[in-house]
Amino acid sequence: MNMREEIEAAAARYPDQRSAIMPALLIAQKEHGHLPGPVLEEVADILNVERIWVYELATFYTLFHTEPVGMFHLQLCDNVSCMLRGSEDLLRHLEAVLGIKKGGSTPDGLFTLSTVECLGACEVAPVMQVGDDYHGDLDIARINALLDRLRAAAGQTTGADLTAATPPGE
Amino acid sequence: MFEPVLLRNVGVPDGHLLATYRAGGGYQALAKALHEHTPDEIIDLVKNSNLRGRGGAGFPTGMKWSFVPKKAAKPKYLCCNADEGEPGTFKDRIIMERDPHQLVEGMAISAYAIGAETAYVYIRGEYTLAIRRLERAIAEAEAEGYLGKRILGSDFSFVVHIHCGAGAYICGEETAMLDSLEGKRAQPRLKPPFPAVEGLYASPTVINNVETLACVPHIVMRGPNWFRGIGPDKSPGPKLYCVSGQVRKPGLYELPMGIPLRELVEDHAGGPPPGRKIKAVIPGGVSAPLIPALGLDVGMDFDSLAAAGSMLGSAGVIVIDDSTCIVKVATRIIEFFHHESCGKCTPCREGLNWVVKVLRRVETGQGAPGDLEQLKALCNGIFGNTFCALGDGAAMGLRAALAHFEDEFVAHIEEQRCPFNEKHAGRELLGSYG
Ligand SMILES: Cc1cc2nc3c(=O)[nH]c(=O)nc-3n(C[C@H](O)[C@H](O)[C@H](O)COP(=O)(O)O)c2cc1C
Ligand code: SF4
Ligand code: FES
Repeated sequence: MNMREEIEAAAARYPDQRSAIMPALLIAQKEHGHLPGPVLEEVADILNVERIWVYELATFYTLFHTEPVGMFHLQLCDNVSCMLRGSEDLLRHLEAVLGIKKGGSTPDGLFTLSTVECLGACEVAPVMQVGDDYHGDLDIARINALLDRLRAAAGQTTGADLTAATPPGE
Repeated sequence: MFEPVLLRNVGVPDGHLLATYRAGGGYQALAKALHEHTPDEIIDLVKNSNLRGRGGAGFPTGMKWSFVPKKAAKPKYLCCNADEGEPGTFKDRIIMERDPHQLVEGMAISAYAIGAETAYVYIRGEYTLAIRRLERAIAEAEAEGYLGKRILGSDFSFVVHIHCGAGAYICGEETAMLDSLEGKRAQPRLKPPFPAVEGLYASPTVINNVETLACVPHIVMRGPNWFRGIGPDKSPGPKLYCVSGQVRKPGLYELPMGIPLRELVEDHAGGPPPGRKIKAVIPGGVSAPLIPALGLDVGMDFDSLAAAGSMLGSAGVIVIDDSTCIVKVATRIIEFFHHESCGKCTPCREGLNWVVKVLRRVETGQGAPGDLEQLKALCNGIFGNTFCALGDGAAMGLRAALAHFEDEFVAHIEEQRCPFNEKHAGRELLGSYG
């Protein structure tokens, strides 16, 4: 399915097209990596809804990015359970090894570093989400190994399929 | 040993697949409900079980269902609240990842009871594995006739759709969730009208938490008296407790409602790391006021925790040991609420902004005399004056921290530094849990 077909299939689940804006934005973001103005307008046109409704949601919800993000978006949880198990040290370490501050991206476009609120996986705190995947029970050694794996993966494939490092058959 | 009910499939290999679920007796409750009971009888079973909502407020589930008008011109909806944003909470994710059919069956029976033909599951977008597994479970259930038209030969038809959230804690509040589902910015609605009468698309709508719905098949199979026999009569049932923080065995524990907090944290979760003592425990996600170590004998149920000045909330149990600064924890919690405030009402939007500023200066050793009084006054200005419970939760949590650990706040201001700064928890603890 192309993006338009996917969005139309999602819209069929609702009696009102406006409800389909959120799913449509998620589909569009997967396709384009982020949501610049022209993409928002395309979504509004496909669903035949007011453009302002689409802008409104794209800027309200934190999972939508109107600005580009790196190939790997490192989203470190720094809420209480992760903080109690050392997320602050991990943030300092990531900032040091990547040479960026939280919120920033590496110049090669590989990594964007953010802190996020509770990821709902506090049993394996501290936790970081990268693309679709959760990485738990992190410490500095595991962070280093993860960065190595991500860099190696970036060397071998293109960005689009990297985030899908999920178990086969799911 | 308590025989697990909700988690009985969780450790089973391929517990998320229909074949496994069915091998354990899955979908028999749906068949029983459709073939042996009227919808009203199901509502009565659930009422008699005394099941109370597991999403945080503990509202009696059967009573909520009975508010749905029997004859309505518009279609009725069931919404499953799987937004799970309360820090310290991960139970719904684990149900959906490991045993999604339990939720699908619970939704089908609940929808039959209230007369809904459509359900939306509002799942937070970060939960990608849960989303994939629930999608697959829905497809499997459709293929085998547990969902779709004329289910199991009855007159009941029912479909389930997944709606992914996009990162806003306020979407967990049920009326904000409805606005979000309608494609609007998520902000709570004025009540009444209550959703049971006028909810999604102004139609009668029941909103229930994942764990609440997962209880329903068991009540149908084993009866309301069995359910009421577990834990306190007014707040009964098997319960999922999410234990995290400074404890040796963080994890998801299924135990009876009402189990003493001390037993949960010290016996089941192994107590604090070696050489540490418990300082305080947050029993129900960060919206729940913390309980100092002396109070750990309280029972983990809605009424006992309310009587102790806290709440069961989402049963996100966060353990804080004596190496940790309470001012720091309180600051982080208020920062969270401030970040997630939807901005609709002034006491929450502006009040929390102010509280964050004061707390940050106290924590970093720049507190001024009078800051404590100011924090208390701000809590008074917020509590009871906000549009939804987010603001109240923030104020209650801070009040408890101030009441039980005033000495730590005072020390920060008097010494003009954080007394814990050299030995903040994380540093020497990384990777050292037994
Ligand atoms: C700020 C706020 C956040 C909430 N977040 C959640 C949540 O993530 N999951 C949930 O089930 N209920 C949440 N609730 C409670 C819901 O509003 C609602 O009471 C619940 O989903 C009803 O289901 P239940 O009766 O089965 O518990 C939240 C409430 C508030 C005020
Ligand atoms: S209390 Fe906060 S979250 Fe709730 S409506 Fe007011 S501003 Fe929004
Ligand atoms: S606090 Fe980090 S996953 Fe919950």
